[in-house]
Amino acid sequence: MTALVTIEGLTKRFPKQAEPALRSVSTQIRSGHIVGLVGPDGSGKTTFLRLIAGLLRPDEGGIDVGGFDPVANAKEVRARIAYMPQRFGLYEDLSVEENLNLYADLRGLVGSARKATFERLLDFTGLAPFTGRLAGALSGGMKQKLGLACALVVTPELLLLDEPSVGVDPISRRELWRMVSRLTDEGITVVWATAYLDEAEKCETVLVLSEGDLIFDGRPTDLAARVAGRVFLIEGIEGDRRYVLNRARQHEAVMDGTIQASHVRLLLNENARALSLASIGAGDEARLKPVAPRFEDAFIDLIGGGFRAESPFAGGSQRSHDIAIAVEARGLTRMFGSFTAASEISFDVRRGEVFGLIGPNGAGKSTTFKMLSGLLKPTSGEARIAGVDLRTAASEARARLGYMAQKFSLYGDLSTMQNLRFFARVYGLTGARQRTMIARMIESFALTDKLDENSGQLPLGFKQRLSLACAVMHEPDVLFLDEPTSGVDPRTRREFWAHINAMVTNGVTVIVTTHFLDEAEYCDRAALIYRGQMIALGTPAELKAQAASSTMPNPTFEDAFIALVEKNEAETSP
Amino acid sequence: MWQRIYALIVKELLASARDPQTRWVVLFSPPFLLLIYAFAITQEVSDVTLAVYNQDHGNASVELISRFEVAEVFDQIIHLRAGADIAPTIDARRATLVMRVGEDFSRRLERGESAEVQLILDGRRSNTAQILLGYSSRIVETYNRERLDRLRATAPVRLVQRTWFNPNLEPLWSAVPALFAVLVAVVGFMVSALSIARERELGTFEQLLVSPLRPFEILIGKSVPALLIALTSASAMLVLGMLFLNVPIRGSLALLFFGMVVYLAAIVGIGLFISSLAKTQQQAIIGLFMYMVPAVLISGYATPVENMPDWLQGLAAATPITHFIVISKAVYLREAPLWLYFSHIWPMALIAAASLLAATWLFRRRTG
Repeated sequence: MTALVTIEGLTKRFPKQAEPALRSVSTQIRSGHIVGLVGPDGSGKTTFLRLIAGLLRPDEGGIDVGGFDPVANAKEVRARIAYMPQRFGLYEDLSVEENLNLYADLRGLVGSARKATFERLLDFTGLAPFTGRLAGALSGGMKQKLGLACALVVTPELLLLDEPSVGVDPISRRELWRMVSRLTDEGITVVWATAYLDEAEKCETVLVLSEGDLIFDGRPTDLAARVAGRVFLIEGIEGDRRYVLNRARQHEAVMDGTIQASHVRLLLNENARALSLASIGAGDEARLKPVAPRFEDAFIDLIGGGFRAESPFAGGSQRSHDIAIAVEARGLTRMFGSFTAASEISFDVRRGEVFGLIGPNGAGKSTTFKMLSGLLKPTSGEARIAGVDLRTAASEARARLGYMAQKFSLYGDLSTMQNLRFFARVYGLTGARQRTMIARMIESFALTDKLDENSGQLPLGFKQRLSLACAVMHEPDVLFLDEPTSGVDPRTRREFWAHINAMVTNGVTVIVTTHFLDEAEYCDRAALIYRGQMIALGTPAELKAQAASSTMPNPTFEDAFIALVEKNEAETSP
Repeated sequence: MWQRIYALIVKELLASARDPQTRWVVLFSPPFLLLIYAFAITQEVSDVTLAVYNQDHGNASVELISRFEVAEVFDQIIHLRAGADIAPTIDARRATLVMRVGEDFSRRLERGESAEVQLILDGRRSNTAQILLGYSSRIVETYNRERLDRLRATAPVRLVQRTWFNPNLEPLWSAVPALFAVLVAVVGFMVSALSIARERELGTFEQLLVSPLRPFEILIGKSVPALLIALTSASAMLVLGMLFLNVPIRGSLALLFFGMVVYLAAIVGIGLFISSLAKTQQQAIIGLFMYMVPAVLISGYATPVENMPDWLQGLAAATPITHFIVISKAVYLREAPLWLYFSHIWPMALIAAASLLAATWLFRRRTG
């Protein structure tokens, strides 16, 4: 097969940034392949795609798309490529058909060719029944499908997709993936940028970017091969798996550790001889079981391992709650007009538990979360935190909880330090205690170099760190985290969970929402929310067991989620 | 509690000071606007073209026309030859007014009868037309008086004018106090109306709601900085007005500032009320303009409140701008008696109390 795109020594700098966004990247993209473009936020994925599309001018190096230079021969290149940016320009107030018409007009597709193309695209995306619906009223997954259809009104040779699966539920994600693989059968070359490493695993080739450097270029299986024989699961842990993980993470033989339901998953060092399970306090019954490596294990290995330091929150002051039930949800229901965003959601969260609200965007988990934290009034039902309803609670009750919103919600015009000071004062920290706690947060979250920078200008990882710092500075008893790791690279995600686990060990109760289903593994118990309903509740192991079948004896959390959703749909539809 | 309010005030002030756009819009642009508007609304008329259609050939008409010719306001004089030229001249804006002198003008005057001069004005430029009418009447009046003097006769009634508080009828003197009141309101409105809507839009508001801050604490923490910022901007406007516009301040500055604090409390209350209603900054701005434009129009800024129908006067009294324009004029142009200040301060205090309470109430309701 021939190379469709050839890139030589590509470097791109942006003004006012010390480091280049891309540093001498050279690679070839073969025609008919799906190429996965992976890397944390800010690693240069979007810059890379925009350079190929001719939307940016390279500072050094060259790009060749089918014999043309994207900048000098913009017209020829544009005729050959389709680019779907992260936020595709759908007009939310226009219907599906009107959006398609608009893009067809822009691309000069008329007459019978237009009719045939529309039929094919609507059939292909499954949007045919919804042509009259406003684009704004579509679900996240359908919007992405419509975006894809609009990008494909003229069949391109090269399709550039920038994180098409962000904000899309797991089922739609799989459909989107199937649609795109069908395109490659027709000979279209696809570059698929993604933060989901499981998607990258399915690509024929992956390009891994890290801070502007291309650190891997090859087949995902080759990358996974570098960690072959080094990935293990500790099964049969006695006692707290969080404690075992924390000990293991800091062990010299361990590169990375995560929680997987009631087990701990470890990536061992290349020259690690053996790991004594007793040395990490796993108990007598614990066994080390080799498992097949995943792309993420290899990715973490490639970037030098996970978060291995001790969380500064470990050994903090113990919260002494007088009650065993920290959070109660009783028949929580919320209507927006005639739309039921959450329906009859009930559960209890015990003190010191990590409780997950899991589900795709728009499923109702944020609505439930907001009702719990007192931000949204339930249409019926009630929510109690430590025995009080936060909507009517005294200011003192709110002082005992910490809240980290999904969107960055600190003051962007204030510096890091000013934000810390503001939240310290609002939460009643004064004098010496204020200084101590602020200093501890700065140290814990490595904010020292960023103190005078406007928080709005911080890189995403630091924004999230600062948000978490502001939420936990006053040592809350109950911590609400809404998508805390959304858009954060895998290593920072591990760091966050190390902190959260350390706080939980101190008796803090954590309510967390996430759409990263593998993160649900960290929860003690999780509620699956889908279309406003709580479709399952249990420990990760229980949820997986519910979904296990003869064809899928060891489902991942995502498999379990999809199986449970399908089961629910089969039960509810007549 | 005080620490929390203090934290919020410090945060608001820092945020405004650190954002270059806010800094410009809120602190620097209003004084700048004061200068621009002040010069723009200057009511002096100059560069006017006068068209003359003289059918009379006597001395009297030539003398009268020459008086118009030497008047400074008429920059250019064109002479028309036929009555049919009058309409096109006005239509095409070649002249703002046409003076027509009838053919028997001189003859009638010589016979001791009264004669007529016709002035045709361009009503499309009504303001200019009115001013020019005044000028022209004065020229004709002077002409009459001097003619009577020459005949050793006296006019039966002679008018002697004196305008108090603004003896030279300086247009800026009447414009600046009202403009000052409106611009202070604009700053207060902008800062307050955007504040909550902005936080709501950015998502920071939820962060405040889950914190120990109580609704009324948030409200105080939002009002005080808005008030301080508007006061700073107002002080800058006062200084500029004195330095560049030469508008004197005759009354007590202390009373002005006292009145302004009450005024701004009312303005900020209304702004926060609008802000609590809005979901986004855009909605807040639209809401603000829907209130502000009519409020300014009925406030007596452009037309006197006394000329409005009763129901509109009632509405005007519920608008803080109406009251502060009176106070502002009182301080600028004279030393008004104390009762006058207080008769306008208490209604503003009432509006402030009502709007702040309404904002707090709305704010509780809108939180979910």
